[in-house]
Amino acid sequence: MQKILSIAATASALAIAASAQAGDVRIMWYSDGIEGEVMQDLLDRFSEQNPDINVTLDNVAYQVIQEQLPIQLAAGEGPDIARVTNLKEQADHWLDLTPYIEDPAYWNENFGDQFDWMRPDDTEIIPGFMTQLTLVGGFANKTLFEQAGVEMPGEGATWEDWVNASTEVQESQQLPAAFVIDRSGHRITGPMISYGAQLKGEDGKPAPLDAAAQEFITQLVGWTESGQHMKDVWVSAAGTTYRAGADEFINANIAFYYSGSWQVANLTTKIGDGFDWVATGSPCGAAGCSGLPGGAALVANKNTQNPEDVGKVMDYLASTEVVKEFTERTLFLPAHQGVIKAGDLDFQTDDANAKAALEVFVAATGDLLPEANAIPAWRYANAVYGGMVSRISQAMAGEMPVADIFARIDNDIAEQVAAADAGQ
Amino acid sequence: MQRGVSYWVMAPLRWLARMADVPLRAWQRLTGQGGMIALFLLPNMAIFTVFVLVPLVMNALYSTTGGVEFFLADRPYIGSDHYQRLLDCGSYLDPLSCRDDMFWTAVWNTARFVIFQVGSIILVAMITALILNRAIPAKAFWRAVFFFPVLLSPVVVGLIWKWILQRQGLANLGMVELGLEPVNWLTERFWAFVAAVGVSVWAHMGFYTLILLAGLQAIPRDLYEAAEMDGTPPFRVFYRITLPLLMPNLLVVLVLALIRAVQIFDEAYVLTGGGPGTSTMFITQYIYEVGFANLLRNPGLAAAASILMAGVLVVLTLIQLWLSQRAGKR
Repeated sequence: MQKILSIAATASALAIAASAQAGDVRIMWYSDGIEGEVMQDLLDRFSEQNPDINVTLDNVAYQVIQEQLPIQLAAGEGPDIARVTNLKEQADHWLDLTPYIEDPAYWNENFGDQFDWMRPDDTEIIPGFMTQLTLVGGFANKTLFEQAGVEMPGEGATWEDWVNASTEVQESQQLPAAFVIDRSGHRITGPMISYGAQLKGEDGKPAPLDAAAQEFITQLVGWTESGQHMKDVWVSAAGTTYRAGADEFINANIAFYYSGSWQVANLTTKIGDGFDWVATGSPCGAAGCSGLPGGAALVANKNTQNPEDVGKVMDYLASTEVVKEFTERTLFLPAHQGVIKAGDLDFQTDDANAKAALEVFVAATGDLLPEANAIPAWRYANAVYGGMVSRISQAMAGEMPVADIFARIDNDIAEQVAAADAGQ
Repeated sequence: MQRGVSYWVMAPLRWLARMADVPLRAWQRLTGQGGMIALFLLPNMAIFTVFVLVPLVMNALYSTTGGVEFFLADRPYIGSDHYQRLLDCGSYLDPLSCRDDMFWTAVWNTARFVIFQVGSIILVAMITALILNRAIPAKAFWRAVFFFPVLLSPVVVGLIWKWILQRQGLANLGMVELGLEPVNWLTERFWAFVAAVGVSVWAHMGFYTLILLAGLQAIPRDLYEAAEMDGTPPFRVFYRITLPLLMPNLLVVLVLALIRAVQIFDEAYVLTGGGPGTSTMFITQYIYEVGFANLLRNPGLAAAASILMAGVLVVLTLIQLWLSQRAGKR
């Protein structure tokens, strides 16, 4: 009987905990580096000032945000607030914060440039704010280059320049590979645009891969076959699964790593004084030296039971002082116009590599091509990313010649777009 | 008569039992013995209906709808489009000639996996059972050793072997120490497939070994003694006595292993992620990727693929039932 009673009591407690209580705000959060700790710290301060609002930060893996959150949202469930990168695709699920925040004009002024990345087309809602802007770009292991006696390519260096220099380092230092790009369609889109690719058709839907896009993909597969590009990261999964190459760079297995600004805190924490590294910006193609902008946003869930409390939490986290502190401690690039214009950011790190890297990324925003700037607000971007990753991996694994994958990529993207548009 | 404490403690329970007995007797008077059977089966059937039948029907309905919406009501009816897409092939033997080549690649990968994994598992489990059936030292210990992997979570199995087989893992470390060239176990198509089969055999063979061991121990000893007196060679003893008498157990092992192998997912997914390329992407992973993991999810297509897979499993289950009945008649 005691057992039955305890089971009943536990079930009741769980049921009570599961139901949203007035004053409860749950945030689903993932971390690339130390931002989860920083956010918890900031929220603890909010809770002290607002004891009637109970904020819970659920730290989850990025995969949960990518795979489980969409299903929760579609089912009318999910956390009150979430940190997401898949912004446009899920735009219909975000709450319009306008009635619940103190000063919508402040939000529009400071975060308005990125609202179109996360709200449904042709709407004026305020769905949340970018916790950081990101820019895709490269990192080089300076120590390895020095040990190999190879000069690092300078400003305006092309992808070939970087791959050739890294290959010299690879051969000299007996590395498993010269460089790696994260297994992600997002990551290779910037280089393709730098080569002159036009991914968006005139009708706003994905265009078939053009010669420039095919050129970069062919080169990338070729570099993989020759052992210059690290095969492991791309062939270690099927489908569209994301795989980062950061650990290979941190373990000094490669000379050059192409990822993005969000890795700065991760690299500085894990590499420490193991070796010197620099951010390089994006190598150039025929059309430019563009990375790809993006970032993570904190958005409110339309299904929340406590929109007023959510509004208060969002107001606090979007305030100038909190954004500035969050940015300085996490080593992220801010999206807040006021913080950017003030220009008095004091990034809290003793690591000279990290400070220099952040400056490089800020400078690299000037190299962004218009086609790259348009991608984050494009609702079909994910269809393009997904279509490319799985097929390029097949070519890298030797399952089919690279020339055969282009038609299949176009076909996959068309099928995905048709499936996504069905019923609309 | 003196009554102990337990009598009074149990009194409320007895009272409750008597109370429950009244409607049950009434029900039995009304419906007879058949009604009682139905009543006792009801809870189980309710659970089966809620957790198996209803999801099955919903899955079938999803497979006839399109779009990316979650709720059935929001999804447009598209009939058999998903099935047509999955079954549209130039040649079913050549996945690349199919409209959804990933599905057929996964189907053929699964077929290859089933052949090699089930073949290997029966062979290895048989050899292990034959050894464990002999008078060897520490027999109980060895039985536990071979059964232990069955108790591990498939994710743990996948992770352990990933650490062993990755580029800088224990296997390559050992090979380098021995002066051998390291092998890209998980990034070469051939080796990754071998690893997926090998790890699965390692993880599951203990269960089948136990079934075969039970069968071996049920074979009367006097048959072996008679064969020994006749001077029958060991291979002939195995071929003429052990194998025929073990056949019912072997059939059970075969069908159970087949059903399990068709559903391969967790340990292979953790170990290889379906790569390199798509060389270890099996049908369950295809369904998972399409329905849940892809950047643009297609639950209708995933549901259609799972219905086709369920068809294969139903056929295998029917074979198992038929074989069991045939063995029972003997």
